[in-house]
Amino acid sequence: MLDLQILLIFMIIAALIAVKTKDLLSSVIAIGTVGLGLSLAFLILKAPDLAIAQLVVEILCIIILIRATIRRDLPFSASGRWIFNTMVTVIFIIVFLIIGYICIKDLPQFGEPIMRVAQNFLNNGLRQTGATNLVTAVILDYRAYDTLGEATILFTAVMGVLAIMRNIGRKK
Amino acid sequence: MIDDPKKGMTLIVKTITRLTVGLILLFGIYIVSHGHISPGGGFAGGVIVALSFIHIMLAFGKETTFKKVKESVASFFESIGAIIFITLAMLGIGGGYFFFNFLAKGEPFRLFSSGLIPLYNMAISLKVGAGLFIIFVTLILFRVSKKGEEE
Repeated sequence: MLDLQILLIFMIIAALIAVKTKDLLSSVIAIGTVGLGLSLAFLILKAPDLAIAQLVVEILCIIILIRATIRRDLPFSASGRWIFNTMVTVIFIIVFLIIGYICIKDLPQFGEPIMRVAQNFLNNGLRQTGATNLVTAVILDYRAYDTLGEATILFTAVMGVLAIMRNIGRKK
Repeated sequence: MIDDPKKGMTLIVKTITRLTVGLILLFGIYIVSHGHISPGGGFAGGVIVALSFIHIMLAFGKETTFKKVKESVASFFESIGAIIFITLAMLGIGGGYFFFNFLAKGEPFRLFSSGLIPLYNMAISLKVGAGLFIIFVTLILFRVSKKGEEE
């Protein structure tokens, strides 16, 4: 459990560096460090499917971010109304912590799942679907509607990117 | 294309890309086709397939990549993946309900097992790989500078 906590502290520090750095390329690299830490955390929690997906998506995002932000000087404003901004931030953090304490109190402890539905999948998954990777069995057989929704989201994202970035209608 | 020093990166990067990009594509196909046996699956494998084409594009420049795969081809494959996925799901209605796994389950730990799940994986990998490649190409090619003019 200690290695996971060390990893989480490392990820928080990397995220703070990503927010606070002036240089855009350093900030993107710090975001990549957060993603690598998340992938390692998935591996420690014994979820290799999620670790593979997180790693490859993080690589793709880093490539796109570097190609999009390099040689680009984006305006950055940090001045003015800092008292108001700080007060709003502190109030939101307090409200978030109170609501989180009320909500998380009734959840089971970390690492001790209830296993009401999952135990059924573990017992009958191999016999009912024939897939030895139970994660695939769940996302493509028991919960295939989720995968359909995910495919719809990706299709909508591609359509949105093509609609915004298309050549027709751009001002010359 | 490898002798043209003006397009893409240096000769070292181009040579290493030529050696490794096939292996990356093969690894993506392996992850997809063994998604029901070992960790992985359609989404992760599709992203790796898209990354292999992005690798070519980063090393050789856009002209060489568009000789191999055009944007319209990628768009076609994205739609085909979605249609295959929906069609397989609709075929299940004949056996009882949406997403019914009507093929034979087969022996566990074999490549051809667990009915429709490998086919679903391949459809999703087509969709994810082509879709992410289109997003990358669009975001890279059509850059917008600060004043709203094309570069």
